Amino acid sequence: MGLEQFKNRNVGQQKYVKLELGQTPETPMGKFSQVLRRTFKPELIIGLWVTMREMINALFKGQMHTVKYPFEKLPISPRYRAIHEMLRLLESGHYRCIGCGLCEKICISNCITMDTRYDENQRKEVSEYTINFGRCIFCGYCAEVCPELAIVHGPRYENASEQRASFSLFEDMLTPIDKLNLQQEYDGFGAVSPNADENIKKTPLAY
Amino acid sequence: MEVVTYTNVETFVQHLPEVTAAGVWIKAIIILAVISAVAGFGTYLERKVLAFMQRRLGPMHVGPYGLLQIIADGIKLFTKEDIVPQNANRLIFMLAPAITAATAFIALAAVPVFPNFTIPQWVPVLGGTFVPSIAADLNIGILFVLGMMAAGLYGPLLAGMAQANKWGIIGAARTAVQFLSYEVVTGLSILAPIMLVGSLSFVDFNAAQAGGISHWLIWQQPVAFILFLIAGFAETNRTPFDLLEHEAEVVSGYATEYSGMRWGMFFIGEYANMITISIIAAVVFLGGYSEEGIGWLTIILKVGFFFFLMLWIRAAWPHVRPDQLMWLCWKVLMPIAVINVVITGIVMMV
Ligand code: SF4
Ligand code: SF4
Repeated sequence: MGLEQFKNRNVGQQKYVKLELGQTPETPMGKFSQVLRRTFKPELIIGLWVTMREMINALFKGQMHTVKYPFEKLPISPRYRAIHEMLRLLESGHYRCIGCGLCEKICISNCITMDTRYDENQRKEVSEYTINFGRCIFCGYCAEVCPELAIVHGPRYENASEQRASFSLFEDMLTPIDKLNLQQEYDGFGAVSPNADENIKKTPLAY
Repeated sequence: MEVVTYTNVETFVQHLPEVTAAGVWIKAIIILAVISAVAGFGTYLERKVLAFMQRRLGPMHVGPYGLLQIIADGIKLFTKEDIVPQNANRLIFMLAPAITAATAFIALAAVPVFPNFTIPQWVPVLGGTFVPSIAADLNIGILFVLGMMAAGLYGPLLAGMAQANKWGIIGAARTAVQFLSYEVVTGLSILAPIMLVGSLSFVDFNAAQAGGISHWLIWQQPVAFILFLIAGFAETNRTPFDLLEHEAEVVSGYATEYSGMRWGMFFIGEYANMITISIIAAVVFLGGYSEEGIGWLTIILKVGFFFFLMLWIRAAWPHVRPDQLMWLCWKVLMPIAVINVVITGIVMMV
């Protein structure tokens, strides 16, 4: 479906249809004929046909709507802010975080705890990094402030876990080294979803 | 309209072997076992059909295509704690579901379920026993079945009043309203075909319509058929007349406080009633069964169609209010039924 008709905002050029609601009958004869008309209107049969049609559509035309959730998942918007991920450099595989501490500083619920030290090459390395997801409000400030695109929000929205710690340590959030080639770059906060065009709907302004 | 008199009824039934007590016992056990199983399967069908009509999948994960869901539900129902609320009338509360289930199965005693057959000789003890298609072929079969199904309404009525719950009380009141409304229509609507056939026995009805689709009573009595169908929906508490347990208004009506197997008995009773009404409609209006060939397949198809119709209508139509039900039954359906009976009588006389 093209988007042209949605983009036509010139009010007054659309086709308005006035509903024929008829008159409320005044006379007994009029009321009687209305009862007759309504009785023999095939509305109930039409209702039956509608449900039957949906059943045929679902069974034979592949229009079943069920998503078998734990086995199938709908794509989520790239703007979605779920459990954080720490990304790695694609070339070296080293983690991107430079230990600048900006995320810890900006976090409005004070849930990032980190510590750094100098390694043997006098490079700063992250010795400890945890996010307390019991406090995190998923505001996204940490990902926004990170100068290295090191901490980002991932697509993992299933937060149920036996232990809170199981996804809050640095190693848990870090891209596994063997999955480096699968690492998704984060589009950032202004990103539109890949199917954004399909999601455009008429707003009331267009009527 | 040509009025047919049926004189060959005796010739139709005479060649059947003698019905023994053992045969009736076996039949009763078969009915109990098969109809309970079918009622359980009916819940699965209902969930599946409703799901398809809403473009969902329905139960999928227990067994192939969710077929074993019934067993899972059964285990759940059986192992649930049997709770009796504090201020409830214990005895009546515990008895009421049994009334619903028992009357539903008693009603099935007088309707034809499955063909006649004789147990083969090689079976020990029971070999050679003739098992009739109707456990009790009463000469007032239709009255008996309708009476039993009407008595079944005591289940919801007593359950609602015994459970010390306001939703239950409302459900019970609605039971009374519903009972008073549709029962007249059921009786009057089925009176016209009874006048035509001149008998209250299902076997006679079946014999009267033997001889192809053109002999079916639905062509002579279309109005009675529709009225009976409407009343049948009310009788089995199906949408659009399921105001006894309409979740959106009265939580679960008469079944609010029930859980576990007692609730399951209400459910089995309701599904058994659906099957009974389907069988009555098939036998009285749609030609019933025939003994030879694939005759029994046809009635299974007819019953299946009515069963599907009930699910279909549940998916499609909204509920009515109790006052609308009373209005419909007393001011619309009953006059039509009376007029139908009178016209049938006049046509028969002329
Ligand atoms: S999303 Fe917000 S609350 Fe959560 S860690 Fe980042 S800055 Fe802190
Ligand atoms: S803002 Fe980025 S680079 Fe700086 S400490 Fe946080 S994650 Fe590491």
